[in-house]
Amino acid sequence: MKKMTAILMVMTVVLSAMTGCSPQPVENNDVGKEEENKIVMYTNAEFAPFEYFEGENIVGADVDIANEIAKDLGKELIVEHTDFDGIIPAIKSGKAHIGAAAMTITEARQEEVDFSIGYVTSIQNIIYKNDAELTTMEQLIGKKIGVQLGTTGDLKIDDAINLEDGALYNSGAELKTYSSAIEAAQDLLAGRVDAVVTDQLPAEQIVVNNPELGTVEFGDISESYGIAVKKGNKELLDSINKTLTRLLEEGKIEEYIANHSN
Amino acid sequence: MELTDKLNIIIEEFTRSFTKTFIVEGRYKLFITGIKNTITIAFFATIIGIIIGLFVAIIRYSSKNNRKLFLLDKICSIYVSVIRGTPVLVQLLIMYYTVFVNMDNTIIVGIVTFGVNSGAYVAEIARAGIESVDKGQMEAGLSLGLNRRQAMFFIILPQAVKNILPALGNEFIALLKETSVVGSIPLIDLTKAGDIVRSRTYEAFFPLYSVAVCYLILVLGLGALQKKLERRLSYSDRN
Repeated sequence: MKKMTAILMVMTVVLSAMTGCSPQPVENNDVGKEEENKIVMYTNAEFAPFEYFEGENIVGADVDIANEIAKDLGKELIVEHTDFDGIIPAIKSGKAHIGAAAMTITEARQEEVDFSIGYVTSIQNIIYKNDAELTTMEQLIGKKIGVQLGTTGDLKIDDAINLEDGALYNSGAELKTYSSAIEAAQDLLAGRVDAVVTDQLPAEQIVVNNPELGTVEFGDISESYGIAVKKGNKELLDSINKTLTRLLEEGKIEEYIANHSN
Repeated sequence: MELTDKLNIIIEEFTRSFTKTFIVEGRYKLFITGIKNTITIAFFATIIGIIIGLFVAIIRYSSKNNRKLFLLDKICSIYVSVIRGTPVLVQLLIMYYTVFVNMDNTIIVGIVTFGVNSGAYVAEIARAGIESVDKGQMEAGLSLGLNRRQAMFFIILPQAVKNILPALGNEFIALLKETSVVGSIPLIDLTKAGDIVRSRTYEAFFPLYSVAVCYLILVLGLGALQKKLERRLSYSDRN
């Protein structure tokens, strides 16, 4: 017993020390001195048309945009794939310079990172099997809903189910989180969830590739995607905003999205 | 001055992280669900593993003297090879996406996967335990007029069990940790609970360390229980 108490006490002290350590800001914003001419982008490449794998390369509208950003900075772009909810921690820890992953600008996220201007507006969609259409929140009572962990779709359904004034509170509805919307859609096909909630354009891509599925707009809250950078990195943010403004004026962003949509 | 200031900041940060991780939106409930699921899967998987493992071990032990068991023995041997030769995560994904493709009760899929996985390892433990029982015991049983099956069941197995129990305890504890990959399918175990909280707080340290401490407490606690069990079992030993 004594040994266990001792170990527990040591763990507690170590834990407090580590928590004390983590919020300290890393002073230099870059990933490493020897990589000053590179800009590292983290994304979750399971979200066509914004980012997806083509063979072993990551392509998509966000990648095209990031390439322009890198060009304007005179740096080389490195794209890394990770889980969606790993992107913001990576930016905070300095592992990534920018996060471009069709990431909706939200208040909670703005407390952790700085966002560029919005470059795409989107809305949540719901994906269903064509022989069991589910298109409204009320129809989700008692149903199983699949989402990608950490996305605004996830938060929306989570709030609906777990908050007391949520539309699905105590309704027997169940939230299932997956590492990608595509995985959730696969379980939708297998019958393990009844619906998937994710962003509009990726939902439409999923449906194009899976004729047994259909999708419609879900709810009416419009969202804006932004590119995330580490808090306080004004220089990088200004450059990104300049590039984005230019691309928006030239209509390039719609072009990129169209190029990557079937 | 500086030291107490630093200490205050550490305590503040600790409290802030603690609140964000556990209190806000009742996130502690996620951890409780996670712990419940982890223990449930580990427990039932151990039981299934023991059943399968004992079965396989008895077959493999008995087939040495029994031609009729040859095919069954070969099947068991393949089963053990395949399970020990592939990572449990791959087995889990195969179970979820092919074998049980229409089953949506992920806990059952988890229990079956880890039960089948554990069975292959328990089989080796059980076989060693059975073989460690003195050969004379089987001869004595036979000379008393029991047939092989009766001798196995009434004489050898009870003695083997005493040897096997500590190893089985280890298996349960090992399973507790191995089940941490089960979050790859939509199942909220302790590790996945940490992941979900991480995705809400955007903080990595606190959820991850809390999850690690939870596992540590579980493992150390069960380890202590197991030591007690071993001590009581050894009362009857003469040396």
